[in-house]
Amino acid sequence: MQASDRFNINSQLEHLQAKYVGTGHADLNRFEWAVNIHRDSYASFVGHYPMLAYFAIAENESIGRERYNFMQKMLLPCGLPPEREDD
Amino acid sequence: MAGIFEKMDTMSEDIAKIQEERKKKEQELASLTDVVYDTDLYGGGNRFEGYELSIPVNEDDEDQQDAGEREVARRMASFTAPKSAMSEIPRVGGPDASVDDGGFKKPSKIIDREDEYRQRRLSRVLSPPRHDPFAKPDATPDVSTRTYSEIMREQAMNRQKEEIQKEIAAKKKKDEEEKGGNAASVAEPTAQAATAQKRRNRWDQSQEQQEPKKAKTSSSSDWDVPDSTPGIGRWDATPTPGRVAADATPSVRRNRWDETPTPGRLMDSDATPAAGGVTPGATPAGMTWDATPKLPGMATPTPKRQRSRWDETPATMGGATPMPGATPSGATPSAAYTPGVTPVGGMDLATPTPGAINLRGPLTPEQYNLLRWEKDIEERNRPLTDEELDAMFPQEGYKILEPPASYVPIRTPARKLLATPTPLGTPLYAIPEENRGQQFDVPKEAPGGLPFMKPEDYQYFGALLNEDDEEELSPEEQKERKIMKLLLKVKNGTPPQRKTALRQLTDKAREFGAGPLFNRILPLLMQPTLEDQERHLLVKVIDRVLYKLDELVRPFVHKILVVIEPLLIDEDYYARVEGREIISNLSKAAGLATMIAAMRPDIDNIDEYVRNTTARAFSVVASALGIPALLPFLKAVCQSKKSWQARHTGIKIVQQIAILMGCAVLPHLRSLVEIIENGLTDENQKVRTITALSLAALAEAAAPYGIESFDSVLKPLWKGIRSHRGKVLAAFLKSIGFIIPLMDAEYASYYTKEVVFVLIREFQSPDEEMKKIVLKVVKQCVSTEGVEADYIRSDILPEFFKNFWVRRMALDRRNYRQLVETTVEIANKVGVADIVGRIVEDLKDESEPYRRMVMETIEKVVANLGASDIDARLEELLIDGILYAFQEQTSDDANVMLNGFGAVVNALGQRVKPYLPQICGTIKWRLNNKSAKVRQQAADLISRIAVVMKQCHEEQLMGHLGVVLYEYLGEEYPEVLGSILGALKSIVNVIGMTKMTPPIKDLLPRLTPILKNRHEKVQENCIDLVGRIADRGAEFVPAREWMRICFELLEMLKAHKKGIRRATVNTFGYIAKAIGPQDVLATLLNNLKVQERQNRVCTTVAIAIVAETCSPFTVLPALMNEYRVPELNVQNGVLKSLSFLFEYIGEMGKDYIYAVTPLLEDALMDRDLVHRQTAASAVKHMALGVAGLGCEDALIHLLNYVWPNIFETSPHVINAVMEAIEGMRVALGPAAVLNYCLQGLFHPARKVREVYWKIYNSLYIGAQDALVAAYPVLEDEGNNIFSRPELTMFV
Repeated sequence: MQASDRFNINSQLEHLQAKYVGTGHADLNRFEWAVNIHRDSYASFVGHYPMLAYFAIAENESIGRERYNFMQKMLLPCGLPPEREDD
Repeated sequence: MAGIFEKMDTMSEDIAKIQEERKKKEQELASLTDVVYDTDLYGGGNRFEGYELSIPVNEDDEDQQDAGEREVARRMASFTAPKSAMSEIPRVGGPDASVDDGGFKKPSKIIDREDEYRQRRLSRVLSPPRHDPFAKPDATPDVSTRTYSEIMREQAMNRQKEEIQKEIAAKKKKDEEEKGGNAASVAEPTAQAATAQKRRNRWDQSQEQQEPKKAKTSSSSDWDVPDSTPGIGRWDATPTPGRVAADATPSVRRNRWDETPTPGRLMDSDATPAAGGVTPGATPAGMTWDATPKLPGMATPTPKRQRSRWDETPATMGGATPMPGATPSGATPSAAYTPGVTPVGGMDLATPTPGAINLRGPLTPEQYNLLRWEKDIEERNRPLTDEELDAMFPQEGYKILEPPASYVPIRTPARKLLATPTPLGTPLYAIPEENRGQQFDVPKEAPGGLPFMKPEDYQYFGALLNEDDEEELSPEEQKERKIMKLLLKVKNGTPPQRKTALRQLTDKAREFGAGPLFNRILPLLMQPTLEDQERHLLVKVIDRVLYKLDELVRPFVHKILVVIEPLLIDEDYYARVEGREIISNLSKAAGLATMIAAMRPDIDNIDEYVRNTTARAFSVVASALGIPALLPFLKAVCQSKKSWQARHTGIKIVQQIAILMGCAVLPHLRSLVEIIENGLTDENQKVRTITALSLAALAEAAAPYGIESFDSVLKPLWKGIRSHRGKVLAAFLKSIGFIIPLMDAEYASYYTKEVVFVLIREFQSPDEEMKKIVLKVVKQCVSTEGVEADYIRSDILPEFFKNFWVRRMALDRRNYRQLVETTVEIANKVGVADIVGRIVEDLKDESEPYRRMVMETIEKVVANLGASDIDARLEELLIDGILYAFQEQTSDDANVMLNGFGAVVNALGQRVKPYLPQICGTIKWRLNNKSAKVRQQAADLISRIAVVMKQCHEEQLMGHLGVVLYEYLGEEYPEVLGSILGALKSIVNVIGMTKMTPPIKDLLPRLTPILKNRHEKVQENCIDLVGRIADRGAEFVPAREWMRICFELLEMLKAHKKGIRRATVNTFGYIAKAIGPQDVLATLLNNLKVQERQNRVCTTVAIAIVAETCSPFTVLPALMNEYRVPELNVQNGVLKSLSFLFEYIGEMGKDYIYAVTPLLEDALMDRDLVHRQTAASAVKHMALGVAGLGCEDALIHLLNYVWPNIFETSPHVINAVMEAIEGMRVALGPAAVLNYCLQGLFHPARKVREVYWKIYNSLYIGAQDALVAAYPVLEDEGNNIFSRPELTMFV
């Protein structure tokens, strides 16, 4: 990277992006990305009431229960992280 | 006459012809050279470039320009303006700005702009590091550091000394009175001796910094008080009588070199002036003393003589200690200069050689020159030796006579003082022994890529020039060297050097350690020849290392404060801010306790300067660490019984806190007031004054809240104004003035009435300061709610006008402003009529400054309150007065009269009608005046009153004025012409195109040539007027004329002022609307071929605007056709136009997207980066414009062309590409772009992944929620469930 690049908007852009939870980077693995996807999905379901209602009908549960379930699932959406191969 | 002109014309034509021919020939020649030489190697271009091509006829003109003027002339060749204005134009620095100082003010030494008070900073002493009790609480302090108690003792000693001094002075004065004139001669030498003592202190101090070992042997506490004899420093707070005579030399910046060993010392040591008498700056005072011829016998050195520090060689010189006999003996004059008797020692001689002197004290370039010059003169004027005489005279025919027995050569001590004992005494030239280590007097190339060193830098960085072997140095020395190198780079280096050096200093700060760093940096900041920029850089270094060093900085807090505190009272705002920042960081790093310990001794320092800066520094500490933390300390200080100085400083700290922190003092207001309230009744007058001022500052900061906190001081304040006089009274009044506005109405009116009689009494005070304060207090009081208008009218106004509305008040700028402000404030309360009625007669006063003050007041009052209060009689007087004042003005740089006239006329509105003929008569008469300024004002006045004239239905009059102005369009002064155009514009604006006289069809052709004028004001007004006509009255002018104007407008795109360029571009739009886009477009498209970037950019904007005003379809075909021109600039211009075009037309773009797609395809595939960049930005605007309008197919197609550019590295290109993709996200939806993204998120190559994740991230941030539906289906893996079963649910 050149000295001039260090201060331009592009480097700042990456820095800015890194502030958000859920953004990725070149070293992200499949599991981490999947966790982000799942959390985003559950957050989206919980956030859109019609979606919740839809799931509630499909699962024959109350809407509140559905919401609770989704929230719980956000904790470890894909199970425990796999062992790292390198260590 | 006409004949001559004709002749000159033909002559100049001839000249032009000849020049053209010559140019042609040169071009031929140049083309030849091109063939022969490789331009890359030999430098291309014209080989005549450096030469004058013609000799100017009028050489004076050329020579009188200085470099700066020529620079301006070159850059602004196209502008015409009076020379005085040109020289004031701020020059924008180009890339070569650092070379010619084009854009910046010349580097200035800080010391040059400092007044005497501020220069006192140089007399402060960098004390040795202090003991840090927090570092190792139990450890006994290191001998080289000083502890708090030592400093406090020393401070006490100084104070005592001061008191004794005063007593002595008082006693002396008494004696003097008794003895009369006799005493004067006694007082002088004693006082002189005393000064000498003090000066020696400073000497000693620097000496001991160089030789810390010596300091250790003596008691470490009195390191700068070598003997207890009281001495008066020049910088002591109170000048003692009797000192004045001795101090006759002006005390402007002095350093150690000014200080000759003074007779006081010579006498008590009974010695000859030391050999080191080469002091360059021997003060005249010293000279007169030394000039008394002494018997040679007296001059023999006595062995007992104390070792004078003057004899000591600086430590760096290699340990040659002075020998008592090192003085030239005065007994045998001839022998004094023969090798035998002169102290042998070669270069290590006790006489400091210039190089050695460098190391001992700051040496300014002037001194340096003086030194060189002196050495030279001495060498030439030295008495001839026998050998020389032998060589000069023939051997035969001459006889050497014995000198008569009675002959005694005269050798005045002063002369000997200055005599340089020539090294080795060689009379003839001897090849100097080369000592590579010490060639400090020759500014030579600094080794190892170090930046240039100024002569005054040698004493700090001289060691770097010693080309010693780095390996031979001890690690400590190596570190020192490294620090010095870095500092030198920061101070004098190029920006890149500076940057890396600064970073290294920061990174290695802890490794270097606080001691070595600050011991190098801080003395640099004390350098008397420091420049603003250098100081800024060094302060920056301190700031950075502070951050890193953190608590290690503690022992150096005081040292740092000594150099940083002066910044707090610098006149430069940014220096003050910088100083505050450093002190604030310092206090955060060192902690409150250390800060207090470091500054406590300075609080009751005898020097007012030290106390003042310390108070300011303390306020910064308070703002950094919070006021509550400092409250207990402040309380203790303000109640100090020991010295009034401590109380004074404590209260001043509170004042500074209030000034610095503003309304942030509110939570602690009560405690702050309580801390200082006792000061109001202090026995010392200065303390009372500062207390009142602090209360004023607190009240001002707290306004409009916090009156309850001041309850306790109201009584003493109001009592105080009855019992005090002079300065104290002024301070009390000021604080009352600021407290009253905090009160609620009832109290305010009560307290105002209490204070008013004192105020009115002080109206008559001759004291300027008192006047200002009284005015301020009146302003504060009358603006308070509870003070009734009637009361002001009856009680204050008569005296107020009697005392303040006098001519004298208009002469001082600050009085003037204060009086106007106060009067306006009174007017807000009592109404327009009262005030204007009282001063309107003064509009005809004979003093112009006074008239101006009256006018300004009337203007502000009328602008604030309108003119409805003014009755018919007053109205008549007012207009009459204003006309008189307007006509009688001789100089009006601030446009006071003009603004006043405008304000009054606008306020009166239709009531002006009866006076308009008279006003217009005046204007017409003045438009014809000889003075340009008068004409300009007249024209400006028209633009101010045009709207009112319309209100008064004086259209005929305006038409008449229009014609008059039209006739004056031939005006040659650009300032005036600009005003005339402005006046025309205002008339056109109010009476409209159809009624305008002269008719537009006559007016516009007259304006076309004026568009060529390059004066900014003319350009701006002219383009505004033309634009207005093009907008509203284009049909009155034939199309051909508009085309002509188009060509002129292209030139205007070069203008520096953005407003002009914008107006020009808009005018293109209006003209295109009026005469159809084809011709205008053709002109603009041709202009894309020009070289100048700004011009091209403006042209592209103009094309886009034309397209917007005339619908894109009228423009696009021609524009796209132009893209076929195989020229980079043109194609880029077209693309840029497209980009602007789609930005401006927004969703209208959906009709044109398919038309331009092939062109963009081509551009996005072009080899040229700029093509792709510009095309990408066009795609962005297009995508954003057509989002949701069903153009997805074309956009996806374009995205396919944009996408491959994501790996570009050039910042502009990649920005444009990323933005295009963002645009696509909006237009196509994130799912589509995500699908593009997925292919690279887990690409094996990291470089690819990085780019794709960047795109993914901006996509994610832009549309997180929408992506949920579009994420790919992931397969489960072992225990991990990656699929999202919820999405498969189906009802």
